[in-house]
Amino acid sequence: MEVLMSILIGLLFACAVYLMLSKSLLRIIIGTGLLSHGAHLMLLTMAGLKRGTVPLLGENALFYTDPVPQALILTAIVISFGVTAFFLVLAYRAYQELGTDNVEDMKGTE
Amino acid sequence: MSLLHLAIIAPFILAFFVPFFYKKIKAVHTGWFVLILPAILFAYFLRFLPAVKNQGAIQETVNWIPSLGIDFTAYVDGLGLLFALLITGIGSLVVLYSIFYLSKAKENLGSFYVYLLMFMGAMLGVVLSDNLIVLYTFWELTSFSSFLLIGYWYHRERSRYGAQKSMLITVFGGLAMLGGFLLLYFMTGSFSIREIISQAGDMTGDPFFIPALILVLLGAFTKSAQFPFHIWLPDAMEAPTPVSAYLHSATMVKAGIYLVARMSPVFAEEGTWFWLVSIFGIITLVWASFNAVKQTDLKAILAFSTVSQLGLIMSLLGIGAAALHYTQLNDNIYMAATVAAVFHLINHATFKGSLFMVAGIVDHETGTRDIRHLGGLMHLMPITFTIALIGTFSMAGLPPFNGFLSKEMFFAAMVNVLSLDIFNLETYGVLFPVLAWVGSVFTFIYSMILLFKTFTGKQPAQKWEKKPHEAPLGMLLSPIILAALVIVFGLFPNILSASIIEPAADAIMPAFAEAGQAFNVNITMWHGFSAELYMTIAVVVVGLFLYVFLPKWKHIYNIFPKKLSLNALYDQGLVRTEKISKNMTNAYMNGSIRSYMIYIFIAFIGILSYSMIEKKAVSFELSNLAPIGVYEIVLAIIITVASITILFAKSRLTSIIALGAVGYTVALFFVLFRAPDLALTQLVIETVSVALFLLAFYHLPKMSRKEERIRFKMASAVVSLGVGVVVTLIALSAHNNKLFDSIAQYYIENTKEQAGGANMVNVILVDFRGFDTMFEIAVLGIAALGIFGMIKLRLSRRQDG
Repeated sequence: MEVLMSILIGLLFACAVYLMLSKSLLRIIIGTGLLSHGAHLMLLTMAGLKRGTVPLLGENALFYTDPVPQALILTAIVISFGVTAFFLVLAYRAYQELGTDNVEDMKGTE
Repeated sequence: MSLLHLAIIAPFILAFFVPFFYKKIKAVHTGWFVLILPAILFAYFLRFLPAVKNQGAIQETVNWIPSLGIDFTAYVDGLGLLFALLITGIGSLVVLYSIFYLSKAKENLGSFYVYLLMFMGAMLGVVLSDNLIVLYTFWELTSFSSFLLIGYWYHRERSRYGAQKSMLITVFGGLAMLGGFLLLYFMTGSFSIREIISQAGDMTGDPFFIPALILVLLGAFTKSAQFPFHIWLPDAMEAPTPVSAYLHSATMVKAGIYLVARMSPVFAEEGTWFWLVSIFGIITLVWASFNAVKQTDLKAILAFSTVSQLGLIMSLLGIGAAALHYTQLNDNIYMAATVAAVFHLINHATFKGSLFMVAGIVDHETGTRDIRHLGGLMHLMPITFTIALIGTFSMAGLPPFNGFLSKEMFFAAMVNVLSLDIFNLETYGVLFPVLAWVGSVFTFIYSMILLFKTFTGKQPAQKWEKKPHEAPLGMLLSPIILAALVIVFGLFPNILSASIIEPAADAIMPAFAEAGQAFNVNITMWHGFSAELYMTIAVVVVGLFLYVFLPKWKHIYNIFPKKLSLNALYDQGLVRTEKISKNMTNAYMNGSIRSYMIYIFIAFIGILSYSMIEKKAVSFELSNLAPIGVYEIVLAIIITVASITILFAKSRLTSIIALGAVGYTVALFFVLFRAPDLALTQLVIETVSVALFLLAFYHLPKMSRKEERIRFKMASAVVSLGVGVVVTLIALSAHNNKLFDSIAQYYIENTKEQAGGANMVNVILVDFRGFDTMFEIAVLGIAALGIFGMIKLRLSRRQDG
């Protein structure tokens, strides 16, 4: 399972990087979205998959999955959401002010 | 803090007060206030003469940074004292001269004397410091104050050019020298020159020894304008003439000489030192004297002459180093070279100082320094002419002036090289006397040009700016004193020998003094019919011949193309460096964010793949894996399809929806992998995110709404594929190389007992690791405020009205 997940994560990263290298601002932000999905899945995969039950003590199971990466991912999701939201509004403002979403047109004049 | 330290610091203290004198007391020329200090200091340093002669060095220490071994140790021995006397003595005369040279009404005297005093203090610090770091500090201060003085008339382009050039070259050398000093410190563990000299013998085999030697010499050669670093000195002639006389003939350019002399006990036993110092010295001598002949500006001739004379002194110091290899000899003839170096050092300061002042007077009285527009001044300015005659004849090495004596000693030292039998000198030794003789012939020629083209012959056809007459007495006073010294030292050289030359030579070659072989310097005007006398006669004969036929052979200077001169090389080098760095920066800093991302990703791929291969970290162990279920395969296929759809989607709306699909599938993965809280959060957040994306999409400007696919670019594809592969490899390898178990067991055991909760993830978030959560809340808060600010704050529109 981990091999499959690793390849999937690699695929997500590759797509994210390809999007981030495009010209459209919106696509770049979509790329960051994919990248954070990849990173979250990677965190989860690295802890090992399917090693027990849900980390709730009420289950009374013998094995639980590792709760630590889940806590880390939860933090990461919220933070990446905050940043993505900020970026989106930034892009929206950039559209409004500059009238373009092409990053190649946003070069500063030297 | 002793009186000695106060003496070194005093110029800086006075420099602080000079602007007050300048602003408050307008009636009196500021120079008069300044003049007092060097005169007092000169008298003060004169008092050291008997003490240094009889008891040796005087040492006073003030702690500066004791933890690093950096103490301000003032150390007065023969060499330091000789320089201190030169600095303060000629300093007084130069200040006196400048009082009459610089106009009170037109010039900004405050700055001038501040810079000059700074320079004087720095120079005293250089020659009287025993600590290398302190020496370096003062050394750079001399560079800075010289920079300020050369650029004194900063509205002139040439001044700024000269100041920049001298700054670049001398600071380059200064930094090299600092490197050499640090290497010395690594070898000996001390910054004190005394300590280093006492350990000199242990260093010879050290791998740092030769680099340290070369770096220290780089500092000395750049400061003392040795070939090929001499190019800054002729351009430094844009400074006011008192500055040229003081810094660029008598003191600062001799800092390098001082350094070589001071470091001789450390390095002189090494053959490299002998070769570098003597060869560069003699090449400088010949090259600069050859070039001096073609100059037409008085100060340019003097500048090249200074360079060549510094080369002479340098080569003598190099030859003097050979003396160390002959400790057994009772009559150590190579030691005479060191004595000659010290003697010529004094002589050069006297006659060159006076000649610069003469050039200043001529400039002051006629308005030009170009020898093509000068002539026939002898009758108009008899006193100036007399001083110039004494100075130039001394420079050319004619009796009965002091230049003659040191030139004879120079020839004697060079002839003695012939009998050296170390460092392959049997083969190449003959170069030294030949080059020395050639250099002296050219020295003779330019000395004659300097004197006769200026003062004799017909007056030029066009009138000078001013009607020339004899300079005021105040202006003449300093050159008269210096010219008088030229004659006195010429006729009675032994008043110097016992008092100052012997202690100085002792300081340069302490090994001999310790062995009880004190020098008995006895310089006489008449030394019999020796080889050096015939050489001098030949110099005069050939020099006169060449001087008379100068117009016939002058065109040989045109053979050497100007494009290949060292100045052109320097200028081109500077222009090229700027151009290359500009082109380089423009080549990779192209302003496109895509390029920068590509650099970053390529670096990411390169560094990670290199280190994984280098450390053999890639591993594909397939044990210890979870089984693959059908659901996961389906979800993986959905994610794959959705992400590829984003890449090839023509419409942005499709890509947003596909991104949403990926997000929801990730949530489903969280469900499958037993993470209910994550799944919950992911679902909610993905929904909000997609809504935000749609908002941004809706507000796209109309003009670029034209939907199109991402244009395929090979570079992007390769880079993104590389990143994907590297990440996959890292994920696989990391998973296979787990070194120890998770700490999860602790949380599983203690969530209930210690924190009183059943949901482990939530307990970790708010209890075990609550700090993370707090700042994550802060992140959200900041994002919210930022978004609010971005939308509400419209400064540009407010300005537009």
